[in-house]
Amino acid sequence: MAKIQLNGKKVSIKQKFSVFDLLKKYNLDRKKIAVELNGTILNKHKYEKTFLKSNDKIEIVHFIGGG
Amino acid sequence: MKNDKLKIANTILKSRLIVGTGKYKNFKETAAAIKASGADMVTVAVRRVNILDKKKPVLMDYLDPKKIKYLPNTAGCFNSEEALRTLRLAREMGGWKMVKLEVLGDKKTLFPNMIETLKSTKTLVKEGFKVLVYCTDDPLLAKKLEDIGASAIMPLASPIGSGLGIQNKINLSLIIKKSKVPVIVDAGIGTASDATIAMEMGCDGVLINSAIAKAKNPILMAKSFKNAVLSGRQSFLAGRMKKNYFATPSSPIKGLI
Repeated sequence: MAKIQLNGKKVSIKQKFSVFDLLKKYNLDRKKIAVELNGTILNKHKYEKTFLKSNDKIEIVHFIGGG
Repeated sequence: MKNDKLKIANTILKSRLIVGTGKYKNFKETAAAIKASGADMVTVAVRRVNILDKKKPVLMDYLDPKKIKYLPNTAGCFNSEEALRTLRLAREMGGWKMVKLEVLGDKKTLFPNMIETLKSTKTLVKEGFKVLVYCTDDPLLAKKLEDIGASAIMPLASPIGSGLGIQNKINLSLIIKKSKVPVIVDAGIGTASDATIAMEMGCDGVLINSAIAKAKNPILMAKSFKNAVLSGRQSFLAGRMKKNYFATPSSPIKGLI
């Protein structure tokens, strides 16, 4: 088990858990989101190969209505 | 009029009306209002996804970014770092290079912080973004934005969401006269006639959100804005008559009985 911070909330994940697994867990379509890992934007093609470690800070954003 | 299109950087828009997607009752109403407006570009905001509700509908399910151009904004950003972070994430999401920059300076008025805005514009232009910049109606700063590479100048008519219409026509006219890039009035338009006035003055476009979303009937108001913008544009192109201080009869005097 590892504890990460996802969008400001503490979340527990299994070992060897990738960003891709995280998106699957939360039912998120990679075409509709962007990911920032520890303050750096994570390129979409790196989701599968990027594994999360304890204390990682991850932000997942999408578009919402705005003016 | 069919050939009268709005060109921002290399993007051609059929409609001179750009609409926001905020403040609607739900996504269904958002989509219906946008369709009625005839706009081909909409502004959108970047926010955290809701991880607690996996089934919550998302904007993209209702507005297909392949059919309508998304213009990501930086609403809620109060400094350059926040604005740049937001727009870089937006670009990662789907390759959006055309963006709306707004760096706010004050929560009460939502006036732009022009020092941070200029700084952010420079960086974004360097990174290859096409930047539409929300700005004060200061003609010198508007020119400065153009000089540093802004793709369009977006002066406010009055504070965001105020519905007070164009408060400084003189400044806006000066900006229009001096600008080589499109001038799009952003913020403060309250009703359709305000948009017509902006277009008659020679603005290249208008950006509307609250005036449509907060109308009693947003879909009908969206249609009204579509007509208002078109009407104002046609009036501008037609060139208005001269103002006279005395009356001139519309019917000929000759042959009067």
